[in-house]
Amino acid sequence: MKNISGDQISKIQVKDLNLWFDTKHVLKDVSIEIYEKEITAIIGPSGCGKSTFLRCLNRMNDLIPSTKIEGEILLDGKNILENDIDPVDLRKDVGMVFQKPNPFPKSIYENIVFAPKIHGIEEIKKDPKTGKEKIVRRKPTKEELDQIVEKCLKRAALWNEVKDRLNKSAYDLSGGQQQRLCIARTMSIEPEVILFDEPCSALDPIATAKIEDLLVDLRKDYTVVIVTHNMQQAARVADRTAFFYMGDLVEYGPTKRLFEKPEKELTEQYLTGRMG
Amino acid sequence: MMLSRKNKERMFFWLFRGCAAAVVAFLTIIIMFVIVNGAGTITWDFLTQNPMPNDTGALVSGGILSPIIGTLMLMGLVLAIAIPIGVFGAVFLVEYCGSYKWSRYMWMTVNNLAGVPSIVWALLGVGVFVYYLAFGLSLISAAITLSLMILPIVMVSTKEALEAIPSSIYDASIGLGATKWQTILHHILPYSASGIITGIILSLSRAGGETAPLLLTGVALNATIPLSIFDQFQALPYYIYMMTSASDRANAYPMAYGAALVLIILMMIMNLAAATLRSRYREKYKW
Ligand SMILES: Nc1ncnc2c1ncn2[C@@H]1O[C@H](COP(=O)(O)OP(=O)(O)O)[C@@H](O)[C@H]1O
Ligand SMILES: [Mg+2]
Repeated sequence: MKNISGDQISKIQVKDLNLWFDTKHVLKDVSIEIYEKEITAIIGPSGCGKSTFLRCLNRMNDLIPSTKIEGEILLDGKNILENDIDPVDLRKDVGMVFQKPNPFPKSIYENIVFAPKIHGIEEIKKDPKTGKEKIVRRKPTKEELDQIVEKCLKRAALWNEVKDRLNKSAYDLSGGQQQRLCIARTMSIEPEVILFDEPCSALDPIATAKIEDLLVDLRKDYTVVIVTHNMQQAARVADRTAFFYMGDLVEYGPTKRLFEKPEKELTEQYLTGRMG
Repeated sequence: MMLSRKNKERMFFWLFRGCAAAVVAFLTIIIMFVIVNGAGTITWDFLTQNPMPNDTGALVSGGILSPIIGTLMLMGLVLAIAIPIGVFGAVFLVEYCGSYKWSRYMWMTVNNLAGVPSIVWALLGVGVFVYYLAFGLSLISAAITLSLMILPIVMVSTKEALEAIPSSIYDASIGLGATKWQTILHHILPYSASGIITGIILSLSRAGGETAPLLLTGVALNATIPLSIFDQFQALPYYIYMMTSASDRANAYPMAYGAALVLIILMMIMNLAAATLRSRYREKYKW
């Protein structure tokens, strides 16, 4: 399977990843390669470690005390588990959308501008004395923020629905709209990878369909990793699918192949619903 | 005789209604009593003059300017000392040390301290601030003592407000590359502000109405408006206490009721201000 430009560029390589919460071994020797500008789906029964795996990719598990992690996760060839990697910087490259829509209890506008405001806008400036170029960060202007809001909301297919009420509370939106707002908010940090943790599990079928359309569209610009408990959803949107079972990566391959001709007994049992 | 379900329901309904009515009735009676006895005393002179001695030398004439100013200064100082320490202390314990075992014991201690009687804090204040640190009997000794006394209440209410914020808010903010401190400053504190403010007001009201800690740390009947924080001062609750124990009851009691009424009004204004602030935060960050 190739991505749309016909190449297969590896974006994330996970090597022998092991993770423990206290003494509980949650991820076991997981090795997987995720390709640029593809949608990779992660399926498996609940509690098998899907969310945990996803949260390794932007080091959100750092927040949970007593986590022990071993192995390597290379993002563009650089190991993000190294101590010298600042997880705060990493999370600007790897955005995340959560299971339950979690907008801030603020206006739609403020939801989107939060990240650009705290991170500032990068600019390359020449030092007038030495002539050296360096990156400086400055506060975004009101116009720049307005542009970011419009761009992100358009990209998340929400602009037309909310453009007249940007200053209204995000909590007044429907669940599906809130989730698209969260997607737009993630785009405000201009990530390269976006992680989705069961983004539709709290939504109705129509809202789900909208998010799925959006996912397929995002694939042009972003590397997408999505956890889903909905196998049809994986079949519909994903280029590749990984099947996790009790912390093991059982099988990984092109979605079509995995669904039609699973190589492992366990995968087949899960796909055909013969698993408890 | 067994009551039917309907009658039981009716009985409890009237029982609860009776309790509620009793509470309201008592409150009304107390406030009415203070108003009836105190309103006549409140004149412009009463509010703008310091307490003055009458012919026999008892301080039962004049007004209550210095007790009002003293109480306001005291509460201002307590606000400045206890609120930052209490709020940021609780933020630190909850957000940065929440996972450590010792923080549990810390909170157990804080909870216990909240129940320590004020006279014990007074004893601590006189030992540590008045004598050991040699602040003397002064406004600052009293203010620090009261601050320590209300610190546990501020901390516990802040903790509860912080813990009411769902973890999905942390996820959202941290997931956008915000640091922990940015998350606290831009999200956690503003969203929990209405709860924190409620706790602050409750504790400030308590501080404003205390007498015992002041007694040992710096209040004085003949003090005027303090010019520095190391001066002695007057305070409304103490003034009321002194008036009710004066021998010239005929003159002193009306003064006490007048002062009580002023103290109640002060507290009401403060609570009203807090309620406004709180509803503004609620409005702004709608859940
Ligand atoms: N914060 C945590 N502390 C301890 N154990 C956890 C924590 N989060 C998840 N787990 C455990 O790790 C396992 C995998 O969880 P998770 O990754 O959420 O599964 P999934 O997303 O596939 O349903 C589960 O057994 C769960 O109980
Ligand atoms: Mg999960």
